[in-house]
Amino acid sequence: MSAVQATVPFETVRTPDAAGRPIKIHTRNVKVTYGQKQALHGVSIDIAEKAVTAFIGPSGCGKSTFLRCINRMNDTIAGARVEGTITLDDQDVYDPDLDVVELRARVGMVFQKPNPFPKSIFDNVAYGPRIHGLARSKADLEEIVVTSLQKASLFNEVKDRLTEPGTGLSGGQQQRLCIARAIAVSPEVILMDEPCSALDPIATAKIEELIDELRANFTIVIVTHSMQQAARVSQRTAFFHLGHLIEEGPTDHVFTNPLEQRTLDYITGRFG
Amino acid sequence: MTDRALPLPPSQLSGPDVRKISRIDIGLKRRYAAERRFRTFGLMAVALALTFLALLFGSIVLRGYTAFQQTRITMIVDFDPAIIAPDGDRSPAAIMSGNAFRFDDLIAAALVRTLEIDPNDEDALYDGLDLLSKGSGPMLRSMIAADPTLIGTKKAVAFYATGDVDSFVKGTIPADVPESQRLIKDKHIVLIDRLKADGALRLAFNTALFTNGASTRPEMAGVGVALVGSLYMMLVVLVLSLPLGVAGSIYLEEFAPKNRWTDLIEVNINNLAAVPSIVYGLLGLAVFINFAHLPRSASLVGGLVLTLTTLPTIIIATRAALKAVPPSIREAGLGIGASKMQTVFHHVLPLAMPGVLTGTIIGLAHALGETAPLLMIGMKAFIVDYPSTPLDPATALPTQIYMWATEPERAFTERTSAAIIVLLAFLLAMNSIAILLRRAFERRW
Repeated sequence: MSAVQATVPFETVRTPDAAGRPIKIHTRNVKVTYGQKQALHGVSIDIAEKAVTAFIGPSGCGKSTFLRCINRMNDTIAGARVEGTITLDDQDVYDPDLDVVELRARVGMVFQKPNPFPKSIFDNVAYGPRIHGLARSKADLEEIVVTSLQKASLFNEVKDRLTEPGTGLSGGQQQRLCIARAIAVSPEVILMDEPCSALDPIATAKIEELIDELRANFTIVIVTHSMQQAARVSQRTAFFHLGHLIEEGPTDHVFTNPLEQRTLDYITGRFG
Repeated sequence: MTDRALPLPPSQLSGPDVRKISRIDIGLKRRYAAERRFRTFGLMAVALALTFLALLFGSIVLRGYTAFQQTRITMIVDFDPAIIAPDGDRSPAAIMSGNAFRFDDLIAAALVRTLEIDPNDEDALYDGLDLLSKGSGPMLRSMIAADPTLIGTKKAVAFYATGDVDSFVKGTIPADVPESQRLIKDKHIVLIDRLKADGALRLAFNTALFTNGASTRPEMAGVGVALVGSLYMMLVVLVLSLPLGVAGSIYLEEFAPKNRWTDLIEVNINNLAAVPSIVYGLLGLAVFINFAHLPRSASLVGGLVLTLTTLPTIIIATRAALKAVPPSIREAGLGIGASKMQTVFHHVLPLAMPGVLTGTIIGLAHALGETAPLLMIGMKAFIVDYPSTPLDPATALPTQIYMWATEPERAFTERTSAAIIVLLAFLLAMNSIAILLRRAFERRW
């Protein structure tokens, strides 16, 4: 089925954004191959600034692969090849002159499984500002850590045990610690790769609430398996299927009135 | 109690379901039997291994423990200035030079007094001297040279008995064989019994075993030089193989592209770990001694050769430890904008550290016990003096054991086992350190 679709010229169904937000990330015809296997067949999408964009789709549809292209995390995978253009504020992300370390400081990432460093809670958050030299003094660093933890709605729970290991927190707290770690370097974009898939419903609700608050200051792209989650937290939704971007548009539009049959089939649970 | 209130539905108690359950039962029995069998085999294997371990340790300790004691004969020595310094010069240099036999005269005089023999009865005197180590004169000389104030005083000195007397006292030379086939004659036995009765002859802790170097006389031989040589070698191995091995593994595991060349390197490293160590000895002989002209028998060369034998072990252990670090930690580091190097050194390596250290110490323990390559580079030599630098000739513990094992004297047999005990104690200590370090560095993630 994928071979047939790959040969047929493919057109993404797009619904423009009524809110008219400025665009943070442009991607044009992004193709990714892992060795012989093509994972993405040319994805073009504009990601709005200070909004939450959700990528949905069945497993193996390429949504995580595409997310990892944006901060070049696919560079670390042997045999992965990325074609096409991705620009962040009109700067080519795959420009050979671009410093990937600087890019990742601007585009933070939160992973599927909470992965705090085996260090103290304080050091987890302070690590990014330290290596990027963002804090002039010790007091400066402490302030960054405290505000980041506050922004991640974690400070009140951990303020008495900042020196304890981050790995000792509960799963949901660990994930919020990872979010605090990501926002401590003041990124412009935060990529979230199924951030709630390893968490229980209560922790998930907290993270979703947090994402909604972070939207005011950051551009957020979230990959999720849960359509309810996408509907709850995002302003725009993109539906991926078999390496193609099938449909993208305002979230309420995509969920209530999808223009593509496959989108409708997926969100109504007919496959996936 | 609530179980009773909820009886099983009748369909599960009768009809075709009963047959189904019993069929499963038969299968379960077979599976449990297989499991029990496997467990029994495992227990038997462990028991067998423990038995052999106990046999090994038991035989070595039983044979070797006597060597930690040594027969001493204590006599009052009159440090006569007329004999020691006939020309009045009491400087250590003057004592060390001159007629070396004058110290034997001191011993003879002491013996005459202790055994109350007629000073003109030469046979009786020589029978007495037979009991004392031939190294007693030089021992007395260095004693006086180290402390010239002894001259003119009278002091008790604990002389070493010869190896044969020592073996006789410890019972390893039996008294019930005919005199003609016995190294210790009846006249000696009389003297030994007398000295024992006087309290002059007794067993004391054998410090010479740890402080002396090589000697043809077992009572004077010790593993001191070998210990220092082994220590120097371990330092060289640690200083060279830990940074080289860890840096090499980090490059191969984290930075090198995965292609045909790195595959080739990996296969070669695994093969090098299996190369017989004597081959490394030949390589060391050809490269370090014949080509680089480094001194023979030096612990530096030994250390270099052992580094070559240890590197593959350390690299394999380190790579395994690095591989075991979850990729999520690397992603976390990279995702926050750390460079590859920062990610590796700040996050991956600390997590791999317990494995790295364990591998290194196991490698060092291997190197400590390695014998064959050292034979090739001449570390099987008769070295009496302590090496002051790693460039001086030295021996190593395993080669010392090898050399003693070829000596015919009874006293060397027990010393061989004693040296093995010392080596095993070292290995045990190193492995304990490995476990402690592992505990100290272990962190959860």
